[in-house]
Amino acid sequence: MEHDKEKELLELKEVTIRFAGDSGDGMQLTGTQFSDNTAWVGNDLNTLPDYPAEIRAPAGTIYGVSGFQLHFSSDDIHTPGDQPDVLVAMNPAALKKNLPELKPGGIIILNIDAFDSKNLSLANYTSNPVEDGSLKGYQVFQVPITSMTSRALEGIKLTPKEVARTKNFFALGLMYWLFNRPLDTTLNWIKQKFAKRPEYIEANEKALKAGFDFGDNTEIFTSRYAVSPAKLPAGIYRNISGNEATALGFLTASVKSGLPLFLGSYPITPASEILQYLSEYKHFGVKTFQAEDEIAGITTAIGAAFAGNLAITSTSGPGLSLKSEAIGLAVMTELPIVIIDVQRGGPSTGLPTKTEQADLLQAAFGRNGESPVCVVAARTPSHCFDMAIEASRIALKYMTPVILLTDGYIANGSEPWKLPDMENLPDLKVNFVTQKEGYYPYVRNENLARPWAIPGTPNLEHRIGGLEKSNIYGNVSYDPENHHEMVTIRRQKIDNIRNDIPDLEIEGDINAELLVVGWGGTYGSIKEAVTKARNDGYKVAQIHFSYICPFPKNTGEVLSKYKKILVPEINLGQLAYMLRSEFLIEVIQYNLVRGLPLRVSGILDKILEIEGGNNG
Amino acid sequence: MDSNTVVKEFNYTSKDFASDQDVRWCPGCGDYSILAQVQRSFPEIINKPKENVVWVSGIGCSSRFPYYMNTYGFHGIHGRAPAIASGVKIANPDLDVWVATGDGDLLSIGGNHFIHTCRKNVDIKIILFNNRIYGLTKGQYSPTSLKGQVTKTTPYGSVDYPFNPPKLALGAEATFIARSIDRHAKHLQEMIKRAGLHKGTAFLEVFQNCNIFNDGAFDLLTDKETKDDHVIELKHGEPLVFGKNKDKGIRLEGFNPVIVDLTNGHYSVNDLWIHDEFDPSPARASIIMSFDEIEGFPTPIGIFRQIFKETCDEAITRQISEVKKKKGEGDLKKVLYSGNTWEVK
Repeated sequence: MEHDKEKELLELKEVTIRFAGDSGDGMQLTGTQFSDNTAWVGNDLNTLPDYPAEIRAPAGTIYGVSGFQLHFSSDDIHTPGDQPDVLVAMNPAALKKNLPELKPGGIIILNIDAFDSKNLSLANYTSNPVEDGSLKGYQVFQVPITSMTSRALEGIKLTPKEVARTKNFFALGLMYWLFNRPLDTTLNWIKQKFAKRPEYIEANEKALKAGFDFGDNTEIFTSRYAVSPAKLPAGIYRNISGNEATALGFLTASVKSGLPLFLGSYPITPASEILQYLSEYKHFGVKTFQAEDEIAGITTAIGAAFAGNLAITSTSGPGLSLKSEAIGLAVMTELPIVIIDVQRGGPSTGLPTKTEQADLLQAAFGRNGESPVCVVAARTPSHCFDMAIEASRIALKYMTPVILLTDGYIANGSEPWKLPDMENLPDLKVNFVTQKEGYYPYVRNENLARPWAIPGTPNLEHRIGGLEKSNIYGNVSYDPENHHEMVTIRRQKIDNIRNDIPDLEIEGDINAELLVVGWGGTYGSIKEAVTKARNDGYKVAQIHFSYICPFPKNTGEVLSKYKKILVPEINLGQLAYMLRSEFLIEVIQYNLVRGLPLRVSGILDKILEIEGGNNG
Repeated sequence: MDSNTVVKEFNYTSKDFASDQDVRWCPGCGDYSILAQVQRSFPEIINKPKENVVWVSGIGCSSRFPYYMNTYGFHGIHGRAPAIASGVKIANPDLDVWVATGDGDLLSIGGNHFIHTCRKNVDIKIILFNNRIYGLTKGQYSPTSLKGQVTKTTPYGSVDYPFNPPKLALGAEATFIARSIDRHAKHLQEMIKRAGLHKGTAFLEVFQNCNIFNDGAFDLLTDKETKDDHVIELKHGEPLVFGKNKDKGIRLEGFNPVIVDLTNGHYSVNDLWIHDEFDPSPARASIIMSFDEIEGFPTPIGIFRQIFKETCDEAITRQISEVKKKKGEGDLKKVLYSGNTWEVK
């Protein structure tokens, strides 16, 4: 008897899916593929890769579980979603670790083949959760992913291990079916990726299609889901992660400044990808120098800046600590460099693969002496592109080190990026000094920037360094008055940048009583929480800092308008500390330092706690 | 060896390389001699406009050096001179980049940068002012201080073994390794020239007397009475002969160097070890370097070894042009608009 293949198609506004499996199961790849596909079909999306620091932790264990969460919608969204609607669990450990976060009534797709006694015990299950009723209240689909994959691949010359490795594509195919997606983006990817291994192309294609067909043919799924394209502003888009956007931003700054890009860097999670991406752009003349340590990463960059390159260094928290002294050298020599800190959980080694915002005070103040630098922060993955260009612009214009803060969440997370108009990219053209007349190493222009005279320029030979120099002439100087003057000038130069950056824009209800203030990667969570509160009738305003040192010039004025100020941060109150000390105001803190993005619900609860009952 | 010949197109004099700054080392310091020999040698080796010369240093007495040279200069932070210099050179390979550094700066806090610069063969010249003491911090022992040496931080004698700097450079694959002494002006000039003409990481150790905190450390090697018996000058293609009357020689027997008497009729110069600066194997150079540690052996000065291989900056430049040839000059729009793009109307 032929069964009815027609399944019900349910329209959803938004969905959050989490893929979870062993760190060797390819969950990051599966998630990335689903993201690219989702972007390509036109949904708005936001992702959160969440993986262990161990590369291949023992299979089947809870600490070896790697996850990838993505949130997609027909509407404008800003976060990877608080709680998943759908959990794909490739083994018992993945189920155990992720079940507590799944929404009540959510969908669980299990690789039932992996629920054997060995894996159950590795995951510390004393009884099988599939049989003991602990999954009651969820929609559980038991799919024999491993065995179905090997059956689909029968006849292809692969080792059993290689066959098992394609099971993530079976799961991906099944999810494509469940969410009514075309397979094209992934099929193209497979063809490119394995161009030299036709048997891998065949195997992965077969696994993907088998997963898709399984959904179509099996009786266990009675409905599938559709999420319509989001109404994004017109333009050409691509899906982008923060680290790739950062790399492209500096590549763009190099092209627009006409300066070769030099990156001195030491690999560190979660910043290494910036070095990896930029090492591909040799045809732009990009020079990447994988240094022997963090200190050499920045000091080679300082040397390259002295020689006239657009010089940058990329790192994460522990690396920023190691670079502190050299940042001071760049402050003293007044050379343009950009230090990218992709923040991770700290202190010390901390949580290498998790996100945090706790390097702010280190970036702003963490050096010996009076050592002001410019500090800027990106708020979303694609915003990293803009802030990389901004950091370069400020560094070159003011002859100063600039610290660009991103974080593990926006660095690894991705979102659709509306590609910039090439004509609208800023011109960062630099004029090196070549005239001897009036030249001194520390003579200053209207921005208090000193002239950039690079080696190779006739008659402008000069010496700079970490010792204090006399103003204008640049000779070593121990003169007390001169030191005070130079300390003051270096501070003033950074303060002046506030005249050259955009004012804060107030989002939400300008005339609200409560202002929610954030910086960096928490933008999405705060934005959604504020939107939800406003939808519930509360009047709430929001500002978000991309420029922190110095603060935009309307900061004091904006802050003074609001009776209550809430500052959510993934630290114990570092921006709050800076706002209090600079503007002498009281703020309410909301701090959660879990190595994860702030949940929308957490911020919303805090808003309601403050504003309780004031929703009209 | 092509790169060891001088092409003299610019008629610089030593004065052209002297800056207007007062030199502020202690009177009698060996650094004065090194500065003088550098300024005297430069007219013969700088075969490009002098604005293309950059001196980089770290921290310590020696690291004040860039202020006294009328070239571009960068006085860095402790230990980091090789890294700063590497950045300068890679950013602009047309520059001649020199590093002035000391035993604490290069071998203690900067040891990591030193070995990796050598390993990568970045085309920079490193002059190590080795006085076996911390001078600027006033007399603590350094990584080249001798075992047992009494200093401010080793009142009962140092318990540490010293580095043998040329050996460290050899182990790190430096492509040019030489040694000289502050008071051997002519020899020092010759070594500076050879280092300057080398393409690749050139390491020149200079024994330098700190007359305040470690005075006389090299007296045996510099005093008229003793120097000939305690120093052996390495010369390419010539036998290892030393002694006041050139009466002693060194033979290599198996792996062991042996001092022989050239006056008793058993051995002649024909039986001696012939020095080969360009020996591709590091083995013999390593044995010569270890004379320092063998009782009764003279201290070698001269060029231990020079080999030629692609430098780091050359490789980076080559790779860039290869990739440009393959992919074409970078097109920003093409890169930004790559990957899976879609249009929202």
